[in-house]
Amino acid sequence: MASQDRISTGGSTSGSEEELPEPAPAAPTAPAAPAAQESSQTQGVDDLLDEIDGVLESNAEEFVRGFVQKGGQ
Amino acid sequence: METGGRRTGRPQGLPAVGEGISVHRVMGTETEYGIIAPALPSANPTLLSSQVVNAYAATLREGLGNLAGTRWDYTDETPLTDARGFRMDRARAHPSQLTDEPPELDELTAEQIALERGEPAEAAVLMNLVLNNGARLYVDHAHPEYSSPEVTNPLDAVLWDRAGDSVAVAAMERIAATPGFSPVILYKNNTDNKSVSYGSHENYLVPRSVPFSKLAEALIPFFVSRQVICGAGRVGLGALNQDAGFQISQRADFFENEIGLETTVRRPIINTRDEPHAVAEKYRRLHVIIGDANLHEVSNYLKTGTTALVLALIEQGRAPVPVLEDPVAALQSISHDASLTRTVQLTDGRAMSGLDLQELYCEAVTAALPPDADDQTRDVVARWQSLLATLRRDPMDAARQVDWIAKLSVLEAYRARDGLDWTDPRLALVDLQYADLRPDKGIYRRLARRGDVELLVGPVDVARAVVEPPRDTRAYFRGRCIAEYPAEVVGASWDSLIFELPGERRLQRVQTREPLRGTAELTGALFDAAVDAEDFLSRLLSGPERRVAP
Repeated sequence: MASQDRISTGGSTSGSEEELPEPAPAAPTAPAAPAAQESSQTQGVDDLLDEIDGVLESNAEEFVRGFVQKGGQ
Repeated sequence: METGGRRTGRPQGLPAVGEGISVHRVMGTETEYGIIAPALPSANPTLLSSQVVNAYAATLREGLGNLAGTRWDYTDETPLTDARGFRMDRARAHPSQLTDEPPELDELTAEQIALERGEPAEAAVLMNLVLNNGARLYVDHAHPEYSSPEVTNPLDAVLWDRAGDSVAVAAMERIAATPGFSPVILYKNNTDNKSVSYGSHENYLVPRSVPFSKLAEALIPFFVSRQVICGAGRVGLGALNQDAGFQISQRADFFENEIGLETTVRRPIINTRDEPHAVAEKYRRLHVIIGDANLHEVSNYLKTGTTALVLALIEQGRAPVPVLEDPVAALQSISHDASLTRTVQLTDGRAMSGLDLQELYCEAVTAALPPDADDQTRDVVARWQSLLATLRRDPMDAARQVDWIAKLSVLEAYRARDGLDWTDPRLALVDLQYADLRPDKGIYRRLARRGDVELLVGPVDVARAVVEPPRDTRAYFRGRCIAEYPAEVVGASWDSLIFELPGERRLQRVQTREPLRGTAELTGALFDAAVDAEDFLSRLLSGPERRVAP
């Protein structure tokens, strides 16, 4: 995402910023793939959290406080 | 046993201890499960634990297997014998160290539990079961514990450890389905995050000829750093959870000593209990108490596999010995740094990270690996190398293999989405519920079902390991005796079976002090040929070595 941001703002930047060597060559070759991958990862994380939200015990503070064990080995 | 005996078992002719750099040796795991009944907040934990044992016994009575409400035979237990060459005075021992007595000191007895259940005192409440798979399921202090049967390699250790989790789930489901009982939840974790820790132990057979000091000096830095590949992750810092944050290990903050006999107080990195459960002149049982209970199979596989490899290095005199200035502080310092960059001080002036230390051991194993190493040994080494490289690059890339990283990924996702800081009780709940063994509720279980976790053993193999013992250790003899002669086997332990035959006044005790005897190969035909327990015993004991299993 960082390189995407820099590329998209590159056209209107001042001279000093144009001296950054790295972002420019990356622009034409692989712009979409990392973004797509990242958005599908974000989607996966959202799905996972939704799934866990659905099974988490309802009162977190009370449930965690109630988990008291006697010592073991 | 598609994943066990035949394909990945011990190569013919290779000794289980003492020779060659290999992951193959006699080993086993013990898991103390966390336990609560949410609707009964003041329930006695010993009572709840006995419900787990009895509920599993009830599933067995219903035809899933044979039941022997087996007495544990304490004859050969010596929990106060120290590997450094002395015995602890019984009067000086903490009551919880007296594990060679049935649990009756400050805990409930079976009779008290029967009374509490409104049953006559003589009603049969089981505190101990020996299972058809050769494992032991029992009430240990205030927790139900599953001790796996003896296996000969890390993949089988994972398989029979997973079988224990299936046993725990079956018991939970049975309790939940029984009228009049309040549901119980079991957790495969190691702390209540208040002040208490309970164990997940490993056992490795080691030749007695290796000096204990050689084991200790090479194992301390290994155990201090091993958590980076197999820690289970914890929300909270300090034994009293006094500071907020995440750490790699469940257990690290509960250790206070480098070496010692205790397992419940002043816990040591190296436990010196010298209770071999085998021919004492030939073997030690290295009792490892520092590990976290693993849900990730790869973590569990590498935990036992790399430890077996380091033991092999020690036996060959080829183990690195990076001497830490303060091992206990290093253990906790490494645990408290999820970036894996923090270093700890060595006495020679070097500073090394947990990853550096692991690479040191991994490189020593790689250099010592024989060209004809077996498949499983090569697999463990390759996975170890590759995981360390991944951790070096970006630890979060190993979420599919390592418990603490999978847990941290979920926690960080919550923090990012909801802006939670480490004191938020929802993060503590994610930590706890990660280890919930209920298939629908457990977060690890959810990750596994989504395909977010690398699995090593299949459900069919696990189901078989619940009811069948490993074929290549004495666990086969124990499990098959329990399965074939449930009425006549009245007692058992790791190194004995006690038979009571109808019409005979004396009990017959058969010793199994050689862990690699009593195998399917050596005793299978005897079981197949015998018509009953009496016939079996007479065939068994007519051999050249009476009262000892072949």
